[in-house]
Amino acid sequence: MKPFTNRSKAVTKTAMTFMERIYLPAILGGMFITFKHIFKKKATVRWPDEERPRSEVYRGKHVLKRDDKGAERCTACGLCAVACPAEAITMVSAERNKGEENLYREEKYASVYEINMLRCIFCGLCEEACPKEAIFLTQELMPSFYDRQDFIYGKDKLVESMDNRIDVSKRQESNVVTHKYNDN
Amino acid sequence: MSTLLIIKIGLIIVIFSITLVVAMYSTYMERKVAAVMQDRIGPDRAGPWGILQPLADGGKMFFKEDFIPNKSEKWLFILGPGIAMFTACMTGAVIPWGGTLSLFGETFTLQIADIDIGILYIMGFVSIGVYGIMIGGWASNNKYSLYGAVRASSQMISYELAMGLAILAVVMTTGSLSLKDIVESQSGGQWNVFYQPLAFLLFIVCAFAECNRAPFDLAECETELIGGYHTEYSSMKLGFYLFAEYINMFISAAVISVLFFGGYNFPFMNDLGLSANAITLIGVGVFFAKITFFIFFFMWVRWTIPRFRYDQLMHLGWKKLIPLAIINLMITGAWLTFKDDFMAIFNTMF
Repeated sequence: MKPFTNRSKAVTKTAMTFMERIYLPAILGGMFITFKHIFKKKATVRWPDEERPRSEVYRGKHVLKRDDKGAERCTACGLCAVACPAEAITMVSAERNKGEENLYREEKYASVYEINMLRCIFCGLCEEACPKEAIFLTQELMPSFYDRQDFIYGKDKLVESMDNRIDVSKRQESNVVTHKYNDN
Repeated sequence: MSTLLIIKIGLIIVIFSITLVVAMYSTYMERKVAAVMQDRIGPDRAGPWGILQPLADGGKMFFKEDFIPNKSEKWLFILGPGIAMFTACMTGAVIPWGGTLSLFGETFTLQIADIDIGILYIMGFVSIGVYGIMIGGWASNNKYSLYGAVRASSQMISYELAMGLAILAVVMTTGSLSLKDIVESQSGGQWNVFYQPLAFLLFIVCAFAECNRAPFDLAECETELIGGYHTEYSSMKLGFYLFAEYINMFISAAVISVLFFGGYNFPFMNDLGLSANAITLIGVGVFFAKITFFIFFFMWVRWTIPRFRYDQLMHLGWKKLIPLAIINLMITGAWLTFKDDFMAIFNTMF
């Protein structure tokens, strides 16, 4: 068989020569290799002082998007909860009252929207399932807590603020983006 | 006489604290050496470059639960780490750390006890050290610990033989068992490693085995015996075992330097025209540099070579090292006895 790398070596079962049997040349060779590694570039990234660069479509903490007028896009259709393989998403839907048009885009909205981050596997199937471009995963990392209850993220933590919007355009396919802008 | 007593007590305290500090920082050095050899950085969080890491580790050890298994032999369980630590600390007493120092009109040597069987004393204490491991492993009432203890004891006994024979060659050329005499005989660059290279090789291999260091760390291999003899130990008892191992490494490095690398001697020490005190102090520094190098060497080998299999270990000890040591001894003896005849033959030939 043709070897895949130039490092492969044929194994022989011949008796060892004297030089091999005294074992010391091999040890010295090994020690030379380890010594060389002292001067090599270190692979360590000193997190949290420095951060490893993350991909633009890194699947981190979720965000519930608002539209350009500041209304929540989510209509509590429940497709994300259905798509979720870890069953991490729960929601309670509610009807939009008069005068709340600037808060919610459609007549139905999620009054409670919770993601259990301990169950979430950050697969991104929720953002794939969402027909309203409402839920996205972000580049932000999930922090850790001492209390299990702290891992259940409600709308207070998930919905983006208008002052500090999160750019998700890299996560949307081009036809989706054009569709969205036509929609608005 | 009382000044001598005060000086000796001061020396004991200083050497004891140096031993502990060196052992402490050996743990740090071990982690750093391991890290750089594996392209990592190693501990760097506690203090600048992580130099407070040993203190943090020690503090952690103290605050751990001190657990004694229900079915263990309680007193022996406590005695084990005590013996290990005690024997490790005792060996430092006969090492000549430096030459003579003249202070306040008194002349004293930087050695706690220049007993004339110094090297035998060290061998004796190293042998007792195995009791710490054996008692600890047996008292734990755990099969892994017992395995570790059995392995440790048979390994120590096997390698002590070759080690003793290797030392014997040095003792024969020097004509003395006193470590002070052995060091003094090597002054002027006449290091024993040039005269007894085979003995040096045998000794350093056996020193690895005696210290339970990789590649001979079968007594405490994490992967096979989940820690070996200290499986059941926790808190500072475990700390004592680990600490004793690093002290042993320090003392081994010191003994290697003394026996083969001239101890506190350094080249051209008598040609620099310095005062005796300055030479002594530089000598102490040189001695510690040699020790540091050998501690590094211990670590270097540990992170290079994988562990021996147990039968390979016994094979190496009994079938390779001991015959080689005996041959070395015979050659040395023949040379010492028939030196003049050899030289005469040599001179007639050329």
